[in-house]
Amino acid sequence: MDVQVDAKTAHAATGSRALNPDEPAVILIHGNGLDRTVWQLQTRSYANKGRRAMAVDLPGHGKSDGPALATVEEMADWVIRFMDAAEVKTATLVGHSMGSLVALEAAARNPDRVEKLAMLGAAAIMPVHPELLAAAERNEVLAPELIVYWGLGLKAKTGGHPAPGLWVHMASQALLENSAAGVLYTGLSACNAYQGGAEAAKKVSCPARLVLGRDDMMCPLKNAQPLIDGIENAETVIIERCGHMLLLERPNQVHDALADFI
Amino acid sequence: MVKPKFLKFDTLSLHAGQQPDPATGARAQPIYQTTSYMFDDTSHAAALYNLERPGHIYTRLSNPTTAALEERVAALEGGVGAVAAASGMAALFLAITNLMDQGGHIVSSGSLYGGSHNLFNYTLPRFGITTTFVDVRDPKAFKKAIKPETRLVYGETLGNPGIEVMDIPAVAKIAHDAGLPLMIDATFTTPYLMKPFEFGADILLHSLTKFMGGHGIAIGGALVDSGRFDWEASGKFPTLTEPYAGYHGLDFAEEFGTQAFVMRARAVGMMDLGACLSPANAFYIMQGIETLPLRIQKHVANAEAVAEFLDGSEHVEWVNYPTLKSHPDHKLANKLLPKGAGSILSFGIKGGRDAGRKFIESVKLASHLANVGDAKTLVIHPGSTTHQQMSAADMELAGIGEGMIRLSVGIEDVGDIMADLEQALRASQKG
Repeated sequence: MDVQVDAKTAHAATGSRALNPDEPAVILIHGNGLDRTVWQLQTRSYANKGRRAMAVDLPGHGKSDGPALATVEEMADWVIRFMDAAEVKTATLVGHSMGSLVALEAAARNPDRVEKLAMLGAAAIMPVHPELLAAAERNEVLAPELIVYWGLGLKAKTGGHPAPGLWVHMASQALLENSAAGVLYTGLSACNAYQGGAEAAKKVSCPARLVLGRDDMMCPLKNAQPLIDGIENAETVIIERCGHMLLLERPNQVHDALADFI
Repeated sequence: MVKPKFLKFDTLSLHAGQQPDPATGARAQPIYQTTSYMFDDTSHAAALYNLERPGHIYTRLSNPTTAALEERVAALEGGVGAVAAASGMAALFLAITNLMDQGGHIVSSGSLYGGSHNLFNYTLPRFGITTTFVDVRDPKAFKKAIKPETRLVYGETLGNPGIEVMDIPAVAKIAHDAGLPLMIDATFTTPYLMKPFEFGADILLHSLTKFMGGHGIAIGGALVDSGRFDWEASGKFPTLTEPYAGYHGLDFAEEFGTQAFVMRARAVGMMDLGACLSPANAFYIMQGIETLPLRIQKHVANAEAVAEFLDGSEHVEWVNYPTLKSHPDHKLANKLLPKGAGSILSFGIKGGRDAGRKFIESVKLASHLANVGDAKTLVIHPGSTTHQQMSAADMELAGIGEGMIRLSVGIEDVGDIMADLEQALRASQKG
């Protein structure tokens, strides 16, 4: 589906199903440099469960017009404007990595618009290695490579993926390399600069669930603790033998971790 | 400076796609010899059918042993994913049906394996898909042959049996400028010698029967998807970019993005066409891939020595092997194939067809059969076997002369190989 946000095209996948305005809305927000397709299984699953599933392409990503937005707060406000354009009053927000910060900020700023919050591969802060940032600024392939290297857990690096024939290493890297020049750098800069996670967590009033990879090197578990402590009654699911790319690495465990929540 | 420490090719050849078996701890890849898989409950079954969660339903679609092979091939080629098929030809037909409908057109190198040539030239036209064959050494000819209805540009890393080196970077640019994908049959080179994705190819075809398996005991094929071709931007591929009624309106590019081609090949192609690889054959081929780097090194070393030997023989008129300086594609081979140009070569014996027949009937160590890429040295006369269905004009385009012998150099002791060839060459010249 396409809607106009700020007079620009904003795109979302809907599980190839027509949206029913009577169904509860679920908005899925991808991480930096990725796009709606990281939610390929979830979008279909929620759509078939009778949810108005919308996996958005953030500005500058996938099929949404650019430019990419420079801060997590701007992206959070964009999600609310997307909801306005899609005629969604309230929704469950599900975010991965940078998308989890976007969902967190949106929930903290708009408690009346967010029914539930799910954060995958989340952390209160997401500092970025300076050499990764520099490689992204130069639009070098080294940037996607480093993200894949640090982002995948050890098991994912040799494979044995549950989706037959999928090589998760290159599936991740191809997505990152697909992003337009400058998009990765803008997003990494936004993550690097964001310091509002702990404060935003305290403002979240809706039910929240964190799904975290035990071996996540990009968002180590300790950095998620301020979110767990800050959100009242936050539930946490830790997926073993899993890195930062939870959706690609452990799709069945992610499915199970959210099955009763959404 | 930080650098990612990804596992290297030799390691991936042994490990990619496989973890110790979670059920038994078996370190080797088990053969899951089963047709079907138990569902946990009805919702689990529905989720698998609806592509909401990954897993196996029926071995025609996927199988754990075959999936390990697919993932390994994808890892070695640097693709987002792979789908295996019963043979290389089954994989080729699967790719064609995944990309185009009646009225589609292919621009192909004329230097092709005879089976591929016949599929393009005789079988596909019956279903309204036509092919224009062009000189592989003339990239501009590919450009000239592209029509509005063209949906694919196709070739082989090394031509069969002429051993022409395809200028993949040049042809990839021509294809991409026209909004078309370039599909490459990489069977003769394997990912050890060349990764065509790095030169711009979009889809790869493998006959796994050949060097990948290497043992000559199992037939298999595979398609590998680079994930880099933008099907939606091209606008020429409704099979991938428009809702598919057979799957409740699923739009593969919209939902699977970079995995659209390989996802559709499995979910629709294997479902409808059914040419799946048996899990036992997948296991056998994986055993071969474990030693791929070592075998290919020996293949190449032997082939280079044999090419030099034949080149110096008084009974041989010409030798086609890209490492030889006399080969027209020698410079291109150095650029695209720095680790070697494989181990298949062709040569012409003095005395034409009759001398060729005598040579074939005189070899003792080399095996006269219709295959290449076996660990054993193989030999054949293409004009009377693999390419005998082709017209004289097509044979000329493919560079096949009456006396041409195709040799697939094995990994036996190279002195023994050359001694056998020497005595067969001498025999070929006797009245």
